[in-house]
Amino acid sequence: MPTISMNVNGISVSAEVENRTVLSTALRENLGMTGTHVGCDTSQCGACVVHVNGKAVKSCTMFAVEADGAEVATIEGQAHSDGSLNVIQQAFQDHHGLQCGFCTPGMIMTATALLRDNPKPTETEIRDHLEGNICRCTGYQGIVNAIMAASGQKPAIAAE
Amino acid sequence: MYNFEFTKPKTIKDAAKALAADGAQALGGGQTLLPTMKQRLAMPETLVSLTEVDGMVGVDSRGTGLTIGGATTHAQVASDAADVYPALAGLAAGIGDPAVRNRGTIGGSLANNDPAACYPAAALASGATITTNKRDIHAVDYFQGMFETALAEDEIITAVQFPIPQAGNYQKFVQPASRFALVGVFVAKTADGVRVAVTGASGSGVYRWTAAETALNSDFSAKAIEGLSDDPSEMITDLHGTAAYRAHLVGVLTRRAVTASR
Amino acid sequence: MAADGGMGHATKRREDVRFLVGRGKYCDDYVPAKTSYCAFARSTVANGKIKSINTKAAAKMPGVVAVFTGDDFVEVGGNPAGWLINSRDGEPMKEPKRPVLAHGKVRHVGDAYAAVIAETREQALDAVEAIEADIQELDAVVNMADALANTKTLVHDEIGTNQCFDWGWIEDNRAATDEAIKNAPHVTTLELVNNRLVPNALEPRCSIGEYDPGTGDYKLTTTSQNPHLTRLLISAFVMGIPENKLTVHAPDVGGGFGSKIYHYGEEALVLAAAKKLNRPVKWTSTRTEAFLSDAHGRDHVTKIELACEKDGTFIAFRTETMANVGAYLSNFSTATPTFLHGTLMAGNYTVPNVYVNVKAVFTNTAPVDAYRGAGRPEATFSLERVIDKAARELGINPIEIRRKNFIKPDQYPYASAAGLEYDSGNYDALMDGLEKLADISGFEARCKESAKNGKLRGLGINSYIEACGIAPSNLVGVLGSRVGLYDAATVRVNATGNISVMVGAHSHGQGHETAFPQIVADMLGVDPMSIEIVHGDTSKIPFGMGTYGSRSLAVCGSAVFRATEKIIAKATLIAAHMMEDKPDNVDFDAGEFSVKGTNKKVSFGEVALKAYIPHDFPLESIEPGLEETAFYDPANFTYPSGAYGCEVEVDPETGKVDICSMVAMDDFGTVVNPLIVTGQVQGGLAQGIGQALLEHGIYDENGQLLSGSFMDYAMPRADDLPNLVVDHSHATTCTHNPIGAKGCGEAGAIGSPPTVVNAVVDALQRGGFDVEHIDMPVSPARVWAAMNE
Repeated sequence: MPTISMNVNGISVSAEVENRTVLSTALRENLGMTGTHVGCDTSQCGACVVHVNGKAVKSCTMFAVEADGAEVATIEGQAHSDGSLNVIQQAFQDHHGLQCGFCTPGMIMTATALLRDNPKPTETEIRDHLEGNICRCTGYQGIVNAIMAASGQKPAIAAE
Repeated sequence: MYNFEFTKPKTIKDAAKALAADGAQALGGGQTLLPTMKQRLAMPETLVSLTEVDGMVGVDSRGTGLTIGGATTHAQVASDAADVYPALAGLAAGIGDPAVRNRGTIGGSLANNDPAACYPAAALASGATITTNKRDIHAVDYFQGMFETALAEDEIITAVQFPIPQAGNYQKFVQPASRFALVGVFVAKTADGVRVAVTGASGSGVYRWTAAETALNSDFSAKAIEGLSDDPSEMITDLHGTAAYRAHLVGVLTRRAVTASR
Repeated sequence: MAADGGMGHATKRREDVRFLVGRGKYCDDYVPAKTSYCAFARSTVANGKIKSINTKAAAKMPGVVAVFTGDDFVEVGGNPAGWLINSRDGEPMKEPKRPVLAHGKVRHVGDAYAAVIAETREQALDAVEAIEADIQELDAVVNMADALANTKTLVHDEIGTNQCFDWGWIEDNRAATDEAIKNAPHVTTLELVNNRLVPNALEPRCSIGEYDPGTGDYKLTTTSQNPHLTRLLISAFVMGIPENKLTVHAPDVGGGFGSKIYHYGEEALVLAAAKKLNRPVKWTSTRTEAFLSDAHGRDHVTKIELACEKDGTFIAFRTETMANVGAYLSNFSTATPTFLHGTLMAGNYTVPNVYVNVKAVFTNTAPVDAYRGAGRPEATFSLERVIDKAARELGINPIEIRRKNFIKPDQYPYASAAGLEYDSGNYDALMDGLEKLADISGFEARCKESAKNGKLRGLGINSYIEACGIAPSNLVGVLGSRVGLYDAATVRVNATGNISVMVGAHSHGQGHETAFPQIVADMLGVDPMSIEIVHGDTSKIPFGMGTYGSRSLAVCGSAVFRATEKIIAKATLIAAHMMEDKPDNVDFDAGEFSVKGTNKKVSFGEVALKAYIPHDFPLESIEPGLEETAFYDPANFTYPSGAYGCEVEVDPETGKVDICSMVAMDDFGTVVNPLIVTGQVQGGLAQGIGQALLEHGIYDENGQLLSGSFMDYAMPRADDLPNLVVDHSHATTCTHNPIGAKGCGEAGAIGSPPTVVNAVVDALQRGGFDVEHIDMPVSPARVWAAMNE
């Protein structure tokens, strides 16, 4: 079986995988990083979104061997080094942007990519950007509010 | 999914060689292929990754048109083609979702030729040339029905050349689950005349709506095709819409594309 | 009162932190040592006779450790239905056995007939393909009317019919209702469909079986909303494992919406396999498998009649419904279309006559069971659509026709014509609030703006009532429930003063870890962060019935309340002992015990410590320790209600519906945490909007699921939805539970579908189209077809 090496959240790691092993499986099962979730098998739900070489991708729709040598960022690496929540994570808690928490890792990683490219998105831009992330719990209101707040903007409607 | 051999060639020559083997298949961004393999509906013996092949990524507008490397992602086309060919950039910006656009490639999309994909409409309407490691193929000759193209087994799309029309626009009516086109219409007004390419509607894949083209050639306005509707007899009926509905959408979207063309 | 973090405070959820940093621990995140992996062979035909299954080749595949078929489970029991429904003629419902693995016949696409256990998941899947199954495809019954008419093609041959039951509610009211409708000045009739939905909790199901040969203990880690119920079903009905030898643990669960209430065969299989193989066995569903094997929801076909006076006064509702139960009876499947549906068919109204007939039908499709709202959305949709149609026919404003028939605040308790006793409500106040918050008076102006943009605008109004807080055991026992529906809580005050609260409810998004401590903190006057909720593990929690039916706060929260009352009573004894006075002279306020009229006081923390160091206790009157359990069985259902308003724009060229605004004005009684309540409603609204516009579990005539993946089953995305405006300030208190709470989990999914469809029909009628109804999902294609018929 091939051995791949990656830098995940700033740490060099390697794993022995099959060619058919997708990146999400390598993260979850080979590396024990279960923060990245898998909610579908058709590349629709976005629970598995991670960043590979700075780009948000669906880690269930990329082979681990394709990530050999890549820089990978996952939900486990997003908090501040002292363990406190970063500004986006904190906004999700403040604005009730999660319920069951299953879609949350993908939402955070997608929101992080959005705000890096577009620091003050409009509400419409936020909703459009979340097209590939399904949340079944929140009706997206808390998520949209959280991303608005994380970008220093006032949400359209209050959280409660 | 089934296991397979994996190779990541650095040159087009090596890639072509690898693809010539029995059971070998090219891997672009994998955004369609991986889900298919997970369902065990595809079983390539070898996957030949094209993402690290030299010289296959980029959007080049130095010539008369726009040349896009075959392994260029949708996201890159959306950003890098925006000034030169906004209709094409807009189409690329509407494929899938942001994460899919960061992996999916133009070459992969055209090689797969999904009957509801967006790029085939752009290629056919623009009169694009699909450049492979072996030859140039005009879009008219390239698309040969649902999931069928002129590509040989060991042929790789290295680049796609888009002539830039005087005006153009793509209108997509999304299928609400897959976010593919339920119907998509690309209108391009060129020096050689107007081309209207339709995706999503026909079981045979992308096609040109010639009746609309004729009307638009004499008068490039939505009014010129008011009341004109395409023939539904060859169109898809599925849970998202009947053939009649798709035929109706072809008319609506064509008019909207003409109006929005710039 | 604990002002910050107590009852009514919008406390941020503490459980969020672990989810936000990727440290949630869901079922699939557990990998016990030596785990083996299970994959299922599932039927590709909707109805088939299993002639033979040859597993020899599969057993020899790399990594395979065992293969199971239905033959291995012939001796064990079936997965039962939880409610016995009797037909109108008194005959009990038909209850065919639901085996762990299909035996003799497969009855729907996805019906599992064999399982492979292997070293890896992929090896198990590889081996599944090597199973040689000779399954003779038979004709399938998919359409309910066909299934009832067809006596040759049967889902279950042994019962001789595809009808599970033919239920009348209330049968004694049938003649009077028929008579009232016959003599009524106006009768409005509507035929409609409550579309089949696939719950699609984002976390697919997962189950891990473990067995300890030393102790004989089993452990099931599984995606469940109610671990004790699952344990009971496995122990008492399916496997016969003694309850005290089986632990069921539902860790973090990624949404349920009903689909994870039920016990499924996969859970029994991994337990049986774990024992046989003496190693852990794990199965994780793929999404494709989930579509085929999770219980679906809704799927009713209904004819409803509303008889009324010319002035819009309601005289009678009468419905005839066919309810699909799929190929097997899932645990709540018989309660959902009956007692969670028929009993709500009087709505918020003073209608004197109601009669409901429901025929439950077996078909060669996946089992159908409770999905968010469970019966109540179906009832509300039928009522509120036919009321809207009647209003149009009579030329009465849709708000006014509802107000005219509302039960008034001075009429409570109100015995509805459908057999429930509503304890409280104020529907006019909700409608007043809606009119204001949704700016109904500004609608006409917005309509004109839409017209300028070539869009047809419509306004939809709805009022709903639901029965939640499931459920009073004495009542549901009479109605056929085979279990009680109380819940339980244990409050353990530790010696150092912090508190563990073990609850029967399960939190999979509802925020119990934050909300329940608010109740206890408020009552004890302690810091809520000193209180931890323990849930989900049968080895740690008392026997509670879990989370569904908007019951967690109203029922389990009430158990928490009662247990905390017992803690205060016991602590008062200890405090009195410590202060050397009589308990009657001891007051408790804000975490402090004091003796009336003196300056003697002891803190709650001091009492807690004393409870565990009882050196000087009078043991004949005070036991050591400070731990109390309460089982709470509600006296009645709770009755949340609401008034909803929605504005839509229809694109007349494409038929596409855009929701411009959605306002939900709900009465949930006492609100413990408004932040959580708002989120629950918004999530429910999204699922209701999904039902109205997008979602459809649809089979072809051969029983193949056409919308079997996220590529074809459309659920709302962020860009499909407007801002979801929620208000729950117009509350009336539930009169019979100690918190006064009614429950909020399902409201949004119940109230929104008719609101949306009413708005679409309104838009089309205003646009000059003679469209009376469009079945859900109201897709662009259906709207366009309706406009062009």
